[in-house]
Amino acid sequence: MKIHFSNQESLRNFLRFVASLDLSNPAKLEISTHEKWVTVHPANLVIAAALALRVGKEHAKITGKVPQTGIYLDRMGLYQFTQTPSPFRYNKKEPAGRFVPLTVIKTASDQSRFIADMVPLLHLSEDHATVVKYIIGELVRNVLEHSLAPNGAVVAAQYFKKTNRVSIGICDTGIGITKSMWRHWQPATDLDALFLAMTPGISGTTRREGGTAENAGAGLFFIKSIAKITRSYFAIYSGGSAYTLLKYDKRVKGFPRLYADPRRDPHNETRNAPAFAGTLVAVDVSLKITPEFTALLTSIGNVYDAAIRERRRAKYREPKFL
Amino acid sequence: MKIVIKLRTLAGDFAENKEVAKKLRIEKIMPVLSKNGGVVLDFAGVSGATQSFIHALISDPLREFGEVALDNLYYKHANEKIQKIISIVYRYMQESSHGEQGEPS
Repeated sequence: MKIHFSNQESLRNFLRFVASLDLSNPAKLEISTHEKWVTVHPANLVIAAALALRVGKEHAKITGKVPQTGIYLDRMGLYQFTQTPSPFRYNKKEPAGRFVPLTVIKTASDQSRFIADMVPLLHLSEDHATVVKYIIGELVRNVLEHSLAPNGAVVAAQYFKKTNRVSIGICDTGIGITKSMWRHWQPATDLDALFLAMTPGISGTTRREGGTAENAGAGLFFIKSIAKITRSYFAIYSGGSAYTLLKYDKRVKGFPRLYADPRRDPHNETRNAPAFAGTLVAVDVSLKITPEFTALLTSIGNVYDAAIRERRRAKYREPKFL
Repeated sequence: MKIVIKLRTLAGDFAENKEVAKKLRIEKIMPVLSKNGGVVLDFAGVSGATQSFIHALISDPLREFGEVALDNLYYKHANEKIQKIISIVYRYMQESSHGEQGEPS
């Protein structure tokens, strides 16, 4: 397998990155970079690290000339997943920045520790931290519950000061979304499986409305909606298909309209991606226009509610808050 | 009988661990509701929660005990964000209970 990091990796270019992957020869992994400049998104890092975990450190290497900006790969911990020693020497205690390096999460307890210990590294306000905790909490949980990935989830995050956004990537090399959805939904294609996974109220664990005791089929819909409302990118890649939610036009006032059907959102899609045995989910969250989390939840909840409604109820009961 | 469950102690500052939610549901909430008792879920010190956590905590009680759960579940010190998520779960669980369809899980 071969992964190349160009000088312009971002979620906007995610499908181009996916198309460039060479996933043949699954026993070894070679990672290369642009010779003069490398710019990567956590999405690029987590898939590289996840595949390196799968082939084993001794079969993964970073090849060719890595430019000075490749120091970022070292800071994010990518070299530790490969047999290649880092060529970079620097003071790691320098002011670092606001990033969460590549981290492997295998259990719910790992996840709780990660959220408690790592998210504060991003130095976000309480409301912004809640959004990031929420996204990581839901995405990692998805991996732990549905992917059957022996190596767990690989997570990384980065705050970008210039654009005032947080980017998050989570990847596993488990069974992929199509297999996860198969038992109850039998999607015809990998792309159909992605659409199902992003549709509110549809869970791979049941066809029953309201879900099971443990799953409601809401996780990915919530995350995609957070990206849409904050006018940010969201991307998902599994099997031979990938989907990128495009940025909502900032000239449109108010909250972007949310749709239960992901095909109605402005997006790019491909059903001809290299077949990836696993799942990669990535999201950008713009902090410039992040609304109050409660307002965001209200909007998402309304769409979720409508999506699962099969007939109108006569009367709702409300919880009793003391 | 009414019990108080302090979430902060068990779920931490940000409630996202569904294993904790499941354990509380099975070991504390369901047995008390089955005897028509009351359960107060105290979120003091909890800054946020995921929908998945809240779903794992209360969806089955709402589905299983219906009116009894609606009458006997109480939420204390839940901030606005957590209240919103609880309300979302209440709405879709009541919604789905009106038109139960599909195969059992």
